[in-house]
Amino acid sequence: MAMMLSQLGEGMIKTCGIFFWTLLFSLPLGMIVAFGRMAKNPLLRNFTRLYIAVMRGTPLMLQLFVVYFGPFYLFGWKLSTSWRFFAVIIGFVLNYAAYFAEIYRSGIQSMPVGQYEAAKVLGYNKNQTFFKIVLPQVIKRILPSITNEVITLVKDTSLAFAIAYSEMFTAAKEIAAASKSMTALFVAGVFYFIFNLLVDFLMGKLEKKLDYYH
Amino acid sequence: MKILEINHCKKQFDGVEVLKDISLSVKQGQVVSIIGPSGSGKSTLLRCATMLETMDGGDLIYLGQYAVRDEEGKARYASPQELREIQQYFGLVFQNFNLFPHYSVLKNIMDAPVHVQKRNKEEVRNEAFELLKKMGLYDRADAYPHQLSGGQQQRVSIARALAMKPQILFFDEPTSALDPELTGEILKVIKSLAAEHMTMVIVTHEMAFARDVADHVIFMDGGVIVEEGCPADVISNPKNERTQAFLSRFQS
Repeated sequence: MAMMLSQLGEGMIKTCGIFFWTLLFSLPLGMIVAFGRMAKNPLLRNFTRLYIAVMRGTPLMLQLFVVYFGPFYLFGWKLSTSWRFFAVIIGFVLNYAAYFAEIYRSGIQSMPVGQYEAAKVLGYNKNQTFFKIVLPQVIKRILPSITNEVITLVKDTSLAFAIAYSEMFTAAKEIAAASKSMTALFVAGVFYFIFNLLVDFLMGKLEKKLDYYH
Repeated sequence: MKILEINHCKKQFDGVEVLKDISLSVKQGQVVSIIGPSGSGKSTLLRCATMLETMDGGDLIYLGQYAVRDEEGKARYASPQELREIQQYFGLVFQNFNLFPHYSVLKNIMDAPVHVQKRNKEEVRNEAFELLKKMGLYDRADAYPHQLSGGQQQRVSIARALAMKPQILFFDEPTSALDPELTGEILKVIKSLAAEHMTMVIVTHEMAFARDVADHVIFMDGGVIVEEGCPADVISNPKNERTQAFLSRFQS
Protein backbone atom coordinates (compact mmCIF):
# COMPACT_ATOMS: atom_id res chain seq x y z
CA MET A 1 0.00 0.00 0.00
CA ALA A 2 2.73 2.45 0.99
CA MET A 3 4.61 1.39 -2.12
CA MET A 4 1.54 2.03 -4.22
CA LEU A 5 0.98 5.47 -2.76
CA SER A 6 4.58 6.51 -3.28
CA GLN A 7 4.42 5.37 -6.90
CA LEU A 8 1.14 7.18 -7.41
CA GLY A 9 2.51 10.20 -5.60
CA GLU A 10 5.33 10.48 -8.12
CA GLY A 11 2.78 10.21 -10.89
CA MET A 12 0.66 12.92 -9.31
CA ILE A 13 3.61 15.30 -9.29
CA LYS A 14 4.15 14.64 -12.98
CA THR A 15 0.44 15.08 -13.69
CA CYS A 16 0.47 18.42 -11.89
CA GLY A 17 3.58 19.28 -13.90
CA ILE A 18 1.82 18.67 -17.22
CA PHE A 19 -1.13 20.69 -15.96
CA PHE A 20 0.81 23.76 -14.88
CA TRP A 21 3.29 23.87 -17.76
CA THR A 22 0.47 23.48 -20.24
CA LEU A 23 -1.53 26.34 -18.76
CA LEU A 24 1.54 28.52 -18.36
CA PHE A 25 2.34 28.37 -22.07
CA SER A 26 -0.99 27.71 -23.75
CA LEU A 27 -2.88 30.58 -22.14
CA PRO A 28 -0.60 33.29 -23.61
CA LEU A 29 0.04 31.34 -26.82
CA GLY A 30 -3.72 31.10 -27.29
CA MET A 31 -3.91 34.89 -27.26
CA ILE A 32 -1.31 35.11 -30.02
CA VAL A 33 -3.18 32.47 -32.03
CA ALA A 34 -6.44 34.38 -31.49
CA PHE A 35 -4.83 37.51 -32.94
CA GLY A 36 -3.60 35.51 -35.90
CA ARG A 37 -7.11 34.17 -36.40
CA MET A 38 -8.49 37.74 -36.44
CA ALA A 39 -5.64 39.24 -38.47
CA LYS A 40 -6.32 41.37 -41.53
CA ASN A 41 -3.63 39.55 -43.49
CA PRO A 42 -5.48 36.68 -45.23
CA LEU A 43 -2.39 34.45 -45.33
CA LEU A 44 -1.85 34.66 -41.59
CA ARG A 45 -5.55 34.39 -40.89
CA ASN A 46 -6.06 31.29 -43.00
CA PHE A 47 -2.91 29.64 -41.72
CA THR A 48 -4.12 30.14 -38.16
CA ARG A 49 -7.52 28.84 -39.13
CA LEU A 50 -5.98 25.68 -40.52
CA TYR A 51 -3.88 25.27 -37.39
CA ILE A 52 -6.94 25.53 -35.16
CA ALA A 53 -8.90 23.18 -37.40
CA VAL A 54 -6.18 20.51 -37.24
CA MET A 55 -5.67 20.88 -33.49
CA ARG A 56 -9.37 20.61 -32.77
CA GLY A 57 -10.13 18.13 -35.51
CA THR A 58 -7.66 15.37 -34.67
CA PRO A 59 -7.21 13.39 -31.43
CA LEU A 60 -4.84 14.84 -28.87
CA MET A 61 -3.41 11.35 -28.45
CA LEU A 62 -2.44 11.27 -32.12
CA GLN A 63 -0.89 14.73 -31.82
CA LEU A 64 1.22 13.50 -28.92
CA PHE A 65 2.45 10.62 -31.06
CA VAL A 66 3.37 12.99 -33.87
CA VAL A 67 5.30 15.31 -31.58
CA TYR A 68 7.05 12.45 -29.82
CA PHE A 69 7.92 10.23 -32.80
CA GLY A 70 7.91 12.89 -35.52
CA PRO A 71 11.52 14.01 -35.10
CA PHE A 72 12.71 10.42 -35.58
CA TYR A 73 10.42 9.39 -38.42
CA LEU A 74 10.72 12.66 -40.28
CA PHE A 75 14.37 13.58 -39.72
CA GLY A 76 15.92 10.48 -38.22
CA TRP A 77 16.83 12.34 -35.04
CA LYS A 78 17.41 10.15 -32.03
CA LEU A 79 16.32 12.13 -29.02
CA SER A 80 17.08 11.29 -25.41
CA THR A 81 14.45 9.92 -23.04
CA SER A 82 13.94 13.36 -21.54
CA TRP A 83 12.39 14.29 -24.89
CA ARG A 84 9.31 12.42 -23.73
CA PHE A 85 8.51 15.11 -21.18
CA PHE A 86 9.03 17.94 -23.67
CA ALA A 87 6.95 16.13 -26.27
CA VAL A 88 4.10 15.87 -23.79
CA ILE A 89 4.26 19.58 -22.92
CA ILE A 90 4.63 20.70 -26.55
CA GLY A 91 1.74 18.48 -27.61
CA PHE A 92 -0.55 19.73 -24.87
CA VAL A 93 0.41 23.38 -25.30
CA LEU A 94 -0.16 23.33 -29.06
CA ASN A 95 -3.51 21.63 -28.63
CA TYR A 96 -4.83 23.74 -25.78
CA ALA A 97 -3.65 27.00 -27.33
CA ALA A 98 -6.03 26.30 -30.23
CA TYR A 99 -8.98 25.89 -27.89
CA PHE A 100 -8.06 28.91 -25.81
CA ALA A 101 -7.61 30.97 -28.98
CA GLU A 102 -11.20 30.33 -29.99
CA ILE A 103 -12.41 31.22 -26.51
CA TYR A 104 -10.43 34.47 -26.57
CA ARG A 105 -11.75 35.25 -30.02
CA SER A 106 -15.34 34.72 -28.92
CA GLY A 107 -14.74 37.05 -25.99
CA ILE A 108 -13.00 39.74 -28.00
CA GLN A 109 -15.60 39.69 -30.76
CA SER A 110 -18.44 39.92 -28.26
CA MET A 111 -17.18 43.29 -27.03
CA PRO A 112 -19.51 46.12 -28.01
CA VAL A 113 -17.91 48.39 -30.61
CA GLY A 114 -18.86 51.37 -28.43
CA GLN A 115 -16.10 50.46 -25.99
CA TYR A 116 -13.49 50.79 -28.74
CA GLU A 117 -15.03 54.03 -29.96
CA ALA A 118 -15.12 55.56 -26.48
CA ALA A 119 -11.48 54.60 -25.99
CA LYS A 120 -10.50 56.05 -29.37
CA VAL A 121 -12.25 59.37 -28.75
CA LEU A 122 -10.54 59.62 -25.36
CA GLY A 123 -7.20 59.17 -27.08
CA TYR A 124 -6.20 55.75 -25.81
CA ASN A 125 -3.71 54.07 -28.14
CA LYS A 126 -4.20 50.51 -29.39
CA ASN A 127 -2.24 48.89 -26.57
CA GLN A 128 -3.99 50.87 -23.87
CA THR A 129 -7.36 50.13 -25.42
CA PHE A 130 -6.66 46.41 -25.46
CA PHE A 131 -5.00 45.97 -22.10
CA LYS A 132 -6.96 48.52 -20.06
CA ILE A 133 -10.41 48.46 -21.62
CA VAL A 134 -10.94 45.30 -23.66
CA LEU A 135 -8.95 42.51 -22.01
CA PRO A 136 -10.31 42.90 -18.46
CA GLN A 137 -13.85 42.72 -19.77
CA VAL A 138 -13.01 39.80 -22.07
CA ILE A 139 -11.55 37.83 -19.16
CA LYS A 140 -14.74 38.25 -17.19
CA ARG A 141 -16.83 37.12 -20.15
CA ILE A 142 -14.81 34.03 -20.98
CA LEU A 143 -14.02 32.79 -17.49
CA PRO A 144 -16.73 30.08 -17.47
CA SER A 145 -15.47 28.70 -20.80
CA ILE A 146 -11.87 28.77 -19.55
CA THR A 147 -12.92 26.83 -16.44
CA ASN A 148 -14.45 24.22 -18.71
CA GLU A 149 -11.21 23.82 -20.64
CA VAL A 150 -9.08 23.69 -17.51
CA ILE A 151 -11.25 20.92 -16.07
CA THR A 152 -10.88 18.99 -19.31
CA LEU A 153 -7.14 19.50 -19.16
CA VAL A 154 -6.93 17.89 -15.70
CA LYS A 155 -8.44 14.73 -17.13
CA ASP A 156 -6.61 14.96 -20.47
CA THR A 157 -3.23 14.78 -18.71
CA SER A 158 -3.90 11.03 -18.56
CA LEU A 159 -3.42 10.93 -22.35
CA ALA A 160 0.33 11.29 -21.79
CA PHE A 161 -0.03 7.59 -21.04
CA ALA A 162 -0.08 7.11 -24.83
CA ILE A 163 3.63 7.87 -25.12
CA ALA A 164 4.47 6.15 -21.86
CA TYR A 165 5.14 9.28 -19.88
CA SER A 166 4.73 8.03 -16.34
CA GLU A 167 2.19 10.48 -15.00
CA MET A 168 -0.37 9.28 -12.51
CA PHE A 169 -2.68 7.40 -14.84
CA THR A 170 0.20 5.45 -16.33
CA ALA A 171 1.41 4.61 -12.83
CA ALA A 172 -2.06 3.63 -11.66
CA LYS A 173 -2.55 1.31 -14.62
CA GLU A 174 0.79 -0.39 -14.03
CA ILE A 175 0.07 -0.87 -10.35
CA ALA A 176 -3.40 -2.20 -11.11
CA ALA A 177 -1.96 -4.71 -13.56
CA ALA A 178 0.80 -5.82 -11.17
CA SER A 179 -1.41 -6.11 -8.10
CA LYS A 180 -4.47 -7.44 -9.90
CA SER A 181 -6.52 -4.86 -8.01
CA MET A 182 -8.58 -1.82 -8.88
CA THR A 183 -7.43 0.13 -5.84
CA ALA A 184 -4.79 2.18 -7.62
CA LEU A 185 -7.21 3.17 -10.38
CA PHE A 186 -9.76 4.11 -7.75
CA VAL A 187 -7.23 6.28 -5.92
CA ALA A 188 -6.30 7.91 -9.24
CA GLY A 189 -9.96 8.64 -9.93
CA VAL A 190 -10.37 10.26 -6.53
CA PHE A 191 -7.30 12.36 -7.21
CA TYR A 192 -8.62 13.71 -10.54
CA PHE A 193 -11.96 14.38 -8.92
CA ILE A 194 -10.48 16.34 -6.00
CA PHE A 195 -8.16 18.20 -8.35
CA ASN A 196 -11.15 19.34 -10.35
CA LEU A 197 -13.13 20.28 -7.25
CA LEU A 198 -10.22 22.52 -6.42
CA VAL A 199 -10.14 24.01 -9.94
CA ASP A 200 -13.86 24.61 -9.77
CA PHE A 201 -13.56 26.24 -6.36
CA LEU A 202 -10.70 28.57 -7.37
CA MET A 203 -12.30 29.58 -10.66
CA GLY A 204 -15.56 30.20 -8.82
CA LYS A 205 -13.71 32.51 -6.46
CA LEU A 206 -12.20 34.36 -9.40
CA GLU A 207 -15.61 34.74 -11.03
CA LYS A 208 -16.99 36.11 -7.78
CA LYS A 209 -14.14 38.58 -7.61
CA LEU A 210 -15.04 39.92 -11.05
CA ASP A 211 -18.69 40.11 -10.13
CA TYR A 212 -18.44 43.74 -9.03
CA TYR A 213 -19.60 44.99 -12.42
CA HIS A 214 -21.80 43.89 -15.30
CA MET B 1 -12.22 82.09 -33.68
CA LYS B 2 -13.31 79.04 -35.61
CA ILE B 3 -13.02 75.88 -33.55
CA LEU B 4 -14.30 73.52 -36.22
CA GLU B 5 -14.54 73.85 -39.94
CA ILE B 6 -15.84 71.21 -42.34
CA ASN B 7 -15.67 71.87 -46.06
CA HIS B 8 -17.39 69.78 -48.72
CA CYS B 9 -17.48 66.63 -46.61
CA LYS B 10 -18.46 63.57 -48.63
CA LYS B 11 -19.07 60.06 -47.39
CA GLN B 12 -20.53 56.98 -48.97
CA PHE B 13 -21.23 53.49 -47.71
CA ASP B 14 -21.14 50.80 -50.40
CA GLY B 15 -21.89 53.25 -53.15
CA VAL B 16 -24.70 54.98 -51.27
CA GLU B 17 -23.94 58.64 -50.72
CA VAL B 18 -24.73 59.38 -47.10
CA LEU B 19 -23.13 62.82 -47.00
CA LYS B 20 -23.17 64.93 -50.13
CA ASP B 21 -21.00 67.99 -49.85
CA ILE B 22 -21.57 69.18 -46.29
CA SER B 23 -19.91 72.37 -45.09
CA LEU B 24 -20.24 73.98 -41.71
CA SER B 25 -18.21 75.90 -39.19
CA VAL B 26 -18.46 76.32 -35.47
CA LYS B 27 -17.12 79.38 -33.68
CA GLN B 28 -15.85 79.43 -30.13
CA GLY B 29 -18.72 79.41 -27.62
CA GLN B 30 -21.27 78.57 -30.27
CA VAL B 31 -23.90 75.88 -29.72
CA VAL B 32 -24.95 74.18 -32.94
CA SER B 33 -27.86 71.77 -33.13
CA ILE B 34 -28.19 69.33 -35.96
CA ILE B 35 -31.71 68.05 -36.52
CA GLY B 36 -33.29 65.90 -39.18
CA PRO B 37 -35.02 62.59 -39.79
CA SER B 38 -33.36 59.21 -39.23
CA GLY B 39 -31.01 58.36 -42.08
CA SER B 40 -30.48 62.00 -42.95
CA GLY B 41 -26.74 61.59 -42.32
CA LYS B 42 -26.49 63.70 -39.17
CA SER B 43 -24.94 60.96 -37.06
CA THR B 44 -22.54 60.06 -39.87
CA LEU B 45 -21.51 63.70 -40.07
CA LEU B 46 -20.79 63.68 -36.35
CA ARG B 47 -18.83 60.44 -36.69
CA CYS B 48 -16.78 61.92 -39.54
CA ALA B 49 -16.09 65.02 -37.47
CA THR B 50 -14.92 62.88 -34.53
CA MET B 51 -12.90 60.62 -36.84
CA LEU B 52 -14.84 57.48 -35.98
CA GLU B 53 -15.63 57.30 -39.69
CA THR B 54 -13.25 58.31 -42.44
CA MET B 55 -14.39 60.96 -44.88
CA ASP B 56 -14.14 60.21 -48.59
CA GLY B 57 -13.59 63.83 -49.54
CA GLY B 58 -13.44 67.29 -48.00
CA ASP B 59 -11.58 69.17 -45.29
CA LEU B 60 -11.81 68.71 -41.54
CA ILE B 61 -10.12 71.51 -39.63
CA TYR B 62 -9.83 72.01 -35.88
CA LEU B 63 -8.46 75.35 -34.67
CA GLY B 64 -6.88 75.97 -38.04
CA GLN B 65 -5.14 72.59 -37.99
CA TYR B 66 -6.01 70.23 -40.83
CA ALA B 67 -7.07 66.75 -39.75
CA VAL B 68 -8.27 66.00 -43.25
CA ARG B 69 -7.36 67.90 -46.39
CA ASP B 70 -9.13 67.58 -49.68
CA GLU B 71 -6.76 66.74 -52.49
CA GLU B 72 -8.52 66.64 -55.84
CA GLY B 73 -11.71 65.29 -54.32
CA LYS B 74 -9.94 62.72 -52.16
CA ALA B 75 -9.65 63.06 -48.40
CA ARG B 76 -6.07 62.89 -47.15
CA TYR B 77 -5.62 62.39 -43.43
CA ALA B 78 -2.83 64.04 -41.45
CA SER B 79 -0.06 61.95 -39.88
CA PRO B 80 -1.02 59.75 -36.89
CA GLN B 81 0.95 62.06 -34.65
CA GLU B 82 -0.95 65.16 -35.82
CA LEU B 83 -4.24 63.30 -35.55
CA ARG B 84 -3.44 62.35 -31.96
CA GLU B 85 -2.91 66.02 -31.20
CA ILE B 86 -6.13 67.02 -32.95
CA GLN B 87 -7.98 64.24 -31.14
CA GLN B 88 -7.41 66.18 -27.93
CA TYR B 89 -9.38 69.17 -29.21
CA PHE B 90 -12.75 67.47 -29.13
CA GLY B 91 -14.85 65.23 -26.92
CA LEU B 92 -17.85 63.11 -27.76
CA VAL B 93 -20.85 62.05 -25.71
CA PHE B 94 -22.47 58.91 -27.09
CA GLN B 95 -26.09 57.96 -27.29
CA ASN B 96 -25.40 54.79 -25.28
CA PHE B 97 -22.90 56.46 -22.92
CA ASN B 98 -20.24 53.79 -23.55
CA LEU B 99 -18.84 54.08 -20.05
CA PHE B 100 -16.22 51.52 -19.11
CA PRO B 101 -18.21 49.07 -16.96
CA HIS B 102 -15.20 47.71 -15.08
CA TYR B 103 -14.12 51.16 -13.92
CA SER B 104 -15.72 53.12 -11.11
CA VAL B 105 -17.28 56.47 -11.90
CA LEU B 106 -14.16 58.25 -10.69
CA LYS B 107 -11.80 56.05 -12.70
CA ASN B 108 -13.94 56.46 -15.82
CA ILE B 109 -13.38 60.20 -15.51
CA MET B 110 -9.75 60.16 -14.36
CA ASP B 111 -8.18 57.42 -16.40
CA ALA B 112 -7.73 59.13 -19.76
CA PRO B 113 -6.52 62.48 -18.37
CA VAL B 114 -3.96 60.59 -16.27
CA HIS B 115 -2.86 57.91 -18.73
CA VAL B 116 -3.43 59.58 -22.08
CA GLN B 117 -2.74 63.22 -21.29
CA LYS B 118 -0.23 62.27 -18.57
CA ARG B 119 -1.52 64.94 -16.25
CA ASN B 120 -0.90 65.07 -12.53
CA LYS B 121 -3.10 62.57 -10.75
CA GLU B 122 -4.01 64.70 -7.75
CA GLU B 123 -4.90 67.64 -9.93
CA VAL B 124 -7.06 65.41 -12.15
CA ARG B 125 -8.75 63.92 -9.10
CA ASN B 126 -9.69 67.36 -7.81
CA GLU B 127 -11.06 68.33 -11.19
CA ALA B 128 -12.97 65.06 -11.43
CA PHE B 129 -14.70 65.78 -8.12
CA GLU B 130 -15.46 69.31 -9.31
CA LEU B 131 -17.09 67.86 -12.41
CA LEU B 132 -19.01 65.30 -10.37
CA LYS B 133 -20.28 68.07 -8.12
CA LYS B 134 -21.44 69.97 -11.17
CA MET B 135 -23.21 66.87 -12.46
CA GLY B 136 -24.85 66.28 -9.08
CA LEU B 137 -22.98 63.00 -8.63
CA TYR B 138 -20.44 63.94 -6.00
CA ASP B 139 -21.46 61.05 -3.75
CA ARG B 140 -21.39 58.44 -6.55
CA ALA B 141 -17.65 58.60 -7.29
CA ASP B 142 -17.09 55.01 -6.13
CA ALA B 143 -20.16 53.54 -7.82
CA TYR B 144 -19.91 51.40 -10.95
CA PRO B 145 -21.84 52.35 -14.08
CA HIS B 146 -24.35 49.49 -13.74
CA GLN B 147 -25.40 50.85 -10.35
CA LEU B 148 -26.49 54.15 -11.89
CA SER B 149 -29.60 55.17 -13.79
CA GLY B 150 -29.31 55.97 -17.49
CA GLY B 151 -29.44 59.69 -16.78
CA GLN B 152 -26.69 59.40 -14.18
CA GLN B 153 -24.56 57.32 -16.57
CA GLN B 154 -24.96 59.94 -19.26
CA ARG B 155 -23.92 62.66 -16.81
CA VAL B 156 -20.82 60.63 -15.93
CA SER B 157 -20.01 60.29 -19.62
CA ILE B 158 -20.34 64.07 -20.03
CA ALA B 159 -18.00 64.52 -17.07
CA ARG B 160 -15.59 62.01 -18.63
CA ALA B 161 -15.54 64.00 -21.86
CA LEU B 162 -15.11 67.32 -20.04
CA ALA B 163 -12.23 65.99 -17.94
CA MET B 164 -10.14 65.96 -21.13
CA LYS B 165 -10.67 69.73 -21.39
CA PRO B 166 -11.85 69.66 -25.00
CA GLN B 167 -12.24 72.81 -27.05
CA ILE B 168 -15.47 71.46 -28.47
CA LEU B 169 -17.91 68.84 -27.29
CA PHE B 170 -20.07 66.71 -29.59
CA PHE B 171 -23.29 65.05 -28.48
CA ASP B 172 -24.73 62.21 -30.53
CA GLU B 173 -28.41 62.05 -29.58
CA PRO B 174 -27.53 62.23 -25.89
CA THR B 175 -31.08 61.65 -24.67
CA SER B 176 -32.32 59.05 -27.17
CA ALA B 177 -31.54 56.10 -24.88
CA LEU B 178 -33.27 57.71 -21.92
CA ASP B 179 -36.91 57.82 -20.88
CA PRO B 180 -38.55 61.27 -20.93
CA GLU B 181 -38.18 61.70 -17.21
CA LEU B 182 -34.40 61.33 -17.38
CA THR B 183 -34.07 63.39 -20.56
CA GLY B 184 -34.68 66.57 -18.60
CA GLU B 185 -31.66 66.15 -16.34
CA ILE B 186 -29.31 65.78 -19.31
CA LEU B 187 -30.78 68.78 -21.09
CA LYS B 188 -30.30 70.78 -17.91
CA VAL B 189 -26.62 69.84 -17.82
CA ILE B 190 -26.13 70.79 -21.47
CA LYS B 191 -27.87 74.10 -20.85
CA SER B 192 -25.55 74.85 -17.95
CA LEU B 193 -22.57 74.10 -20.21
CA ALA B 194 -24.00 76.46 -22.82
CA ALA B 195 -24.27 79.13 -20.15
CA GLU B 196 -20.53 78.68 -19.54
CA HIS B 197 -19.93 79.19 -23.27
CA MET B 198 -18.79 75.65 -23.94
CA THR B 199 -18.58 75.12 -27.70
CA MET B 200 -20.95 72.30 -28.58
CA VAL B 201 -22.44 70.44 -31.53
CA ILE B 202 -25.57 68.50 -30.62
CA VAL B 203 -27.36 65.99 -32.79
CA THR B 204 -30.80 65.74 -31.27
CA HIS B 205 -34.45 64.86 -31.74
CA GLU B 206 -35.49 67.26 -28.99
CA MET B 207 -36.80 70.18 -31.02
CA ALA B 208 -37.83 72.30 -28.07
CA PHE B 209 -34.40 71.82 -26.61
CA ALA B 210 -32.62 72.65 -29.86
CA ARG B 211 -34.65 75.83 -30.05
CA ASP B 212 -33.86 76.83 -26.46
CA VAL B 213 -30.17 76.06 -26.28
CA ALA B 214 -28.72 76.41 -29.79
CA ASP B 215 -27.41 79.56 -31.44
CA HIS B 216 -27.48 77.87 -34.79
CA VAL B 217 -29.69 75.07 -36.08
CA ILE B 218 -28.88 72.86 -39.05
CA PHE B 219 -31.63 70.80 -40.63
CA MET B 220 -30.29 67.86 -42.61
CA ASP B 221 -32.09 65.51 -44.93
CA GLY B 222 -30.85 63.09 -47.56
CA GLY B 223 -27.21 63.83 -46.84
CA VAL B 224 -27.41 67.56 -47.44
CA ILE B 225 -28.00 70.62 -45.29
CA VAL B 226 -31.50 71.67 -46.29
CA GLU B 227 -31.81 74.72 -44.11
CA GLU B 228 -29.81 76.43 -41.41
CA GLY B 229 -29.88 79.54 -39.35
CA CYS B 230 -30.90 80.80 -35.96
CA PRO B 231 -33.44 78.59 -34.15
CA ALA B 232 -36.19 81.18 -34.38
CA ASP B 233 -36.02 80.95 -38.17
CA VAL B 234 -35.34 77.25 -38.74
CA ILE B 235 -37.50 75.71 -36.03
CA SER B 236 -40.21 78.28 -35.46
CA ASN B 237 -40.51 79.61 -38.96
CA PRO B 238 -38.98 77.18 -41.48
CA LYS B 239 -38.86 78.25 -45.12
CA ASN B 240 -38.06 74.97 -46.80
CA GLU B 241 -40.87 72.54 -47.48
CA ARG B 242 -38.98 69.53 -46.16
CA THR B 243 -38.12 71.34 -42.97
CA GLN B 244 -41.74 72.33 -42.56
CA ALA B 245 -42.94 68.77 -43.10
CA PHE B 246 -40.39 67.39 -40.64
CA LEU B 247 -41.14 69.94 -37.95
CA SER B 248 -44.92 69.76 -38.31
CA ARG B 249 -44.73 66.40 -36.57
CA PHE B 250 -43.24 68.03 -33.51
CA GLN B 251 -45.61 70.93 -33.19
CA SER B 252 -48.47 69.02 -31.56
